[in-house]
Amino acid sequence: MRHLLSAADLSLAEVTSILDTADEMHTIQQRQIKKLPTLRGRTVINMFFEDSTRTRTSFELAGKWMSADTINISAKGSSTSKGESLRDTMLTLDAMGTDCFVIRHGSSGAVAQAAGWVRAHVVNAGDGTHEHPTQALLDAFAMRRHLGGGGAEAFAGKKIAIVGDLLHSRVVRSNVLLQRTLGSEVTLVAPPTLLPTGVDEWGVAVTNDFDEVIHTADVVMMLRVQRERMYGGFFPTEREYAELYGLTPERLARLKPGAAICHPGPMNRGLEISSEAADAANSLILEQVTAGVSVRMSVLYHLLGGSSE
Amino acid sequence: MTNSTARIVWDGHQIARAIARMAHQIVEVNAGSADLVLLGIPTRGVLLARRLADAIRSIENTEVAIGELDVTMYRDDLRRQPTRAVGRTAIPRPLDDQTVVLVDDVLFTGRTIAAALDALKEVGRPRSVQLAVLIDRGHRELPIQADHVGRQLQAPAEARVNVKLTEIDDHDAVTISVPEG
Repeated sequence: MRHLLSAADLSLAEVTSILDTADEMHTIQQRQIKKLPTLRGRTVINMFFEDSTRTRTSFELAGKWMSADTINISAKGSSTSKGESLRDTMLTLDAMGTDCFVIRHGSSGAVAQAAGWVRAHVVNAGDGTHEHPTQALLDAFAMRRHLGGGGAEAFAGKKIAIVGDLLHSRVVRSNVLLQRTLGSEVTLVAPPTLLPTGVDEWGVAVTNDFDEVIHTADVVMMLRVQRERMYGGFFPTEREYAELYGLTPERLARLKPGAAICHPGPMNRGLEISSEAADAANSLILEQVTAGVSVRMSVLYHLLGGSSE
Repeated sequence: MTNSTARIVWDGHQIARAIARMAHQIVEVNAGSADLVLLGIPTRGVLLARRLADAIRSIENTEVAIGELDVTMYRDDLRRQPTRAVGRTAIPRPLDDQTVVLVDDVLFTGRTIAAALDALKEVGRPRSVQLAVLIDRGHRELPIQADHVGRQLQAPAEARVNVKLTEIDDHDAVTISVPEG
């Protein structure tokens, strides 16, 4: 694997290999001494041009637990704030002998563009409203464990509802692409104003009515209402949004028994998800966080663990 | 890759006898099986560990603990080839003060076992560690030797020695193939 830019780049065999390896990483995470020598001497630079706590930290831990030298660069402290272009910054760091860049950027497509400039491997840690492939992988990892493990057959015919602010979400696109490879049935649920343009061509079911799918879904994935990306009125009031599209205690009671609840975080409790749902026994939200490190260790291993072709 | 023909040097009966002998030897050297943990190195080492455990059970009438120890992420030659698939690690019980017998199919350069010792260090501190291999084919690159050996085999360094086991290969055999040309 050269880069991980889009969930669509991954074949079923690659996804399965990443998830299987993540299973092993997960057991190592339970050890007292969380250290593998695997990536000794490799350098991973996390370049985050947007705020992030969990993604940046989990990539950093993933690199460190595998003995890679991990460096964080945020836009604020870097030369980009002195006016250096992204390209020059990347070329400079690439020339220092970096083996892998993990990049989050506010512009859709910026990470793929950056990958074309450098010799190092590149991981997309979120680009604008476009993609966030490692999030989709960790969601799949947490779901697969919940659905009973095994290979891709865990997903065959399973119904996954992705609910909420799909317009501003990079998580939804990566999940739709990855779940297509895994063979589950995805339904997108959102108010008309929060559906991405061109969603009809994604090849998945779309509805404006959450209650249509609430009792049949095997997994409900609630997405955060991204207030910071909203400059207009996408819905009348937050109360109305919570009423129509939130995972309220009433909807929680109507879920299919054993259905899993996912949320990529950070959560707006009381808006897209109620505290009852977030803290429910079948909520995978904390498992998703743990999975984040395992899956990112696995991704770094797949990119950096062998000879560079 | 050059074409080569595989020559069978050991059949299923011979493998079975060797495993029975190794099982006797393991319990004899360790005066029983109480503190024994057999750790197979994936893939075929795990199958051999199970067979050794079966053999020890029939000798001693006791269960012997078996597990799996994957060494991929501890190898020193990872960068010399494309990314290797990571195998499973499953440790049946705490290894502190136990006698661990590492089990593998073929002992060659010794690098796999060196990686196994590193991996083992992360999961516990056994009282002693022994090595059981079905085939020792020589050409060591590190100072490592086996305690329990099915058979010593003289094979040129460039030859491929393969152990086939019914569980995954349909039949039991040890084969040698030498690249032609």
